[in-house]
Amino acid sequence: MWAKAKNTRATKAREPQTYSIFIFKESQGSTLSLVSSHLQIFPRLQIAAMLRQASRLISRSVTAASSKSVTARAFSTELPSTIDSTFVESWKKVAPNMDPPRTPSSFMKPRPSTASSIPTKLTVNFVLPYASELSGKEVDMVIIPATTGQMGVLPGHVPTIAELKPGIMSVHEGTDIKKYFVSSGFAFLHANSVADIIAVEAVPLENIDASQVQKGLAEFTQKLASASTDLEKAEAQIGVEVHSAMNAALSG
Amino acid sequence: MASTAAVPFWRAAGMTYITYSNICANLVRNCLKEPLKAEALNREKVHFSLSKWAGGKPEKPILRSDTPGV
Repeated sequence: MWAKAKNTRATKAREPQTYSIFIFKESQGSTLSLVSSHLQIFPRLQIAAMLRQASRLISRSVTAASSKSVTARAFSTELPSTIDSTFVESWKKVAPNMDPPRTPSSFMKPRPSTASSIPTKLTVNFVLPYASELSGKEVDMVIIPATTGQMGVLPGHVPTIAELKPGIMSVHEGTDIKKYFVSSGFAFLHANSVADIIAVEAVPLENIDASQVQKGLAEFTQKLASASTDLEKAEAQIGVEVHSAMNAALSG
Repeated sequence: MASTAAVPFWRAAGMTYITYSNICANLVRNCLKEPLKAEALNREKVHFSLSKWAGGKPEKPILRSDTPGV
């Protein structure tokens, strides 16, 4: 295995370098395992050395060409979605009969870029593990039950990642308000006024049975009083929290 | 840098976020009206077979299944 690696390195000196440059460019934090899987022939030390050389070459060429955002990290929504033409050209010189490799971002739809002025509508993607509740819906505002309290999200909201607690999420579109009870999840608010809200379970308020809620609340309050271990106490407390949130949602 | 950040009560009790989230979802599903409740509880069904390996051979598998007859 080692001898084979030495041979290929001597005969095809240029090709591997192109590979490693491509991989470095595609993802800033490229992992050695990704590179190793692409180039099965080379041991990891070789690859690390090649990456280091590649990064030196890249930073030199990048600083020469455009020094706009070399050090500043762009938001994920601002990265250019076009194919890198200089890479394609250098690829064609080295391997003219092969298509340039496709990067993962070429399979994805390009994200909407951050507008220079605040857009008028917020685009909401509300997904559950088994269904996509709202997909790309343009709304005026959503109010999400973050752990830090009810958070109102308007277009142009500062990019935030919010953990959600059990509570009501309301989607405001003109005079329409749609309310869901969310069990827990996360909300990702992006700079381009796109909100990705993910929850494990979300139901419209009409589908909740009030009597079951009361029963559950009584049961878990009693469990909390009689719990002994830390874990039991935590479970009982979760039950109390969720049921009182549902209670408040139904009555409020 | 001491990590003295306030942890949620469930994390302090040794529970992970996934466990917490699944318990919350389970409780919400239990409070739904019929027939949505039946459909919802369908989502909680689990089926897996787990076998540990010792000395290059798999040991007796543990089978957990909520679907009858499998």
